[in-house]
Amino acid sequence: MHQPVIEVAGLTKSFGSHHALRGVDFEVWPGQVFAMLGANGAGKTTTISILTTLLRPDAGTVRIASTDVLARPADARRLISLTGQFASVDTFQTGAENLAMMCRLAHLSHRQAAARSAELLDQFDLREAAGRRVAHYSGGMRRRLDLAISLIARPAVVFLDEPTTGLDPRSRAQLWSVVRELAAQGTTIVLTTQYLDEADQLADRIVVLDEGTIVAEGTAAELKGRLTDRQHVEFTFQDARSFELARTLAPRADASAELLALRMPATAPVETIQWMLALAVEHDLGVSDVGIIRPTLDDVFLSLTGAADERAEGVAA
Amino acid sequence: MSSIALGQTGGGAGPVNTGPGGDPAALSSQHGHPIGDIAAMVARELRRTLRSVDGLVTAFAIPVCIMLVFVVVFGGAIEDDGRYIEYVVPGILVLCLGFGAASTATAVAQDMTSGTIDRFKTMPIFGASVLYGHLVSSVLRNLAACVPVLGVALLLGFRPHADAASWLLAIAFAVLIIVAFTWLSCVAGLVLSVEAANSVTFVFLFLPYVSSGFVGTDTMPGWLQGFADTQPFTPIIETLRDLLGGVAPGPVFWQAFAWLAGILVLSVAGSMLLYRRTAAK
Repeated sequence: MHQPVIEVAGLTKSFGSHHALRGVDFEVWPGQVFAMLGANGAGKTTTISILTTLLRPDAGTVRIASTDVLARPADARRLISLTGQFASVDTFQTGAENLAMMCRLAHLSHRQAAARSAELLDQFDLREAAGRRVAHYSGGMRRRLDLAISLIARPAVVFLDEPTTGLDPRSRAQLWSVVRELAAQGTTIVLTTQYLDEADQLADRIVVLDEGTIVAEGTAAELKGRLTDRQHVEFTFQDARSFELARTLAPRADASAELLALRMPATAPVETIQWMLALAVEHDLGVSDVGIIRPTLDDVFLSLTGAADERAEGVAA
Repeated sequence: MSSIALGQTGGGAGPVNTGPGGDPAALSSQHGHPIGDIAAMVARELRRTLRSVDGLVTAFAIPVCIMLVFVVVFGGAIEDDGRYIEYVVPGILVLCLGFGAASTATAVAQDMTSGTIDRFKTMPIFGASVLYGHLVSSVLRNLAACVPVLGVALLLGFRPHADAASWLLAIAFAVLIIVAFTWLSCVAGLVLSVEAANSVTFVFLFLPYVSSGFVGTDTMPGWLQGFADTQPFTPIIETLRDLLGGVAPGPVFWQAFAWLAGILVLSVAGSMLLYRRTAAK
């Protein structure tokens, strides 16, 4: 594929005096899982709403599969599906009825609809529950049904707005595996999340949104790589003598006498470990454990948005 | 979670539809399907009504109860010439139609609060199909609700003098009432929370009492008479009373028509505007 499936340029949107988006640009390539990461009020849902034709921006352009979304929203709707923050399934209908209704609205023939419903019920492990009303479904089952419905028309791009918010850890893991398998089949997925582990787990590419602008972009590894100064090596020693001696040899390290542990910043952790182990042999130090502590996406996130968070606390609500 | 086998969704066409020409399903949806889309939405609304005890009680039991209360309980006290039932049935019917139409506000508000409206708005379906679904199901539900009310009225001694033409006019007029009040309720549902939308039904439940529907307005205190004489329920109920009584409705029909047409035009315009503008609550 030689062309991005989504091209977004110069997106701005204000609600009264609140600038929700202040110039957002990004591209998504076919088959990518693209995550927008940000706190409440960062502009994630506003961006998704514009991309899915629910909202018009004040300025900017959006193209999905070469279709100008702002000029031809009806055409764009054939290419996308949206699964919002709240499961949009009817609790008074059964799972099968919800699917059948949506197949009908997707203009499938009776035969196509029956085949597609059966396929999706199997795919999302809902066959047994198909005849029960959604009112009796768990939160995870509702999300799965919701996601199944969003795939009826085989959209080119699937938008997932905070897909696991409010789910218990097990349902969350289940949904992650569904998203992964969708991605494996080549569906382009754009998701928003407040959870760093979710972006880390699922996304090929992450943009970090803060106060309506993209403050960082890259793979999870690239984003973490920006914080090599937060990388540490930790040594734990067998006895107090070894610990005290090592402490004098590495005066810059953070020391914990209780744990007999030294933690030192390390841009090149392997060399730091070799250096310490050489000293250990030379001075007969007993080392019981060595570990590299890499920055998590949390650290990245906080370093990028930490100051902003406090300012935005009121707005977020 | 059972595993999702690769290519399981394939079935000839690839899993990804990269454009309108991509697969037959997408091709067939290039033209609008207003009738099919609205039919799917009507089926949805009828399920919503028929499957909730609440919905059924609201739609069918409450109107009959109101009928019984007015005719059996209050009737004896209000009656002076033995024909109170002829007087009050049209009022009760209009009250029931308004009350039934108002439950649309709650249903629309529920759609707005869940992600349902956003889902529908991002699908390539005919415009505000979901609102038309609410409308059509409201007409069907409320006309159906009139049947037991009229049945009970007949059992209690109601003897309408309308001929076939008047009956047809009365039914057409009832449909106009339902349509106008349903669109008004749509506006309320699009703007209000579910709880607030619920209270719309009370407006429709109580406003008819302050009209000529149940007792003559000349029995009310002077300050209330002015309101009761000018508010829309008075000409609407009097028009239906004339139609069911086999009397040609006079200028009161045009007053009623003007009210209903005005409510209808403004509410349709408002609903369409709000539907397009409003994101989910």
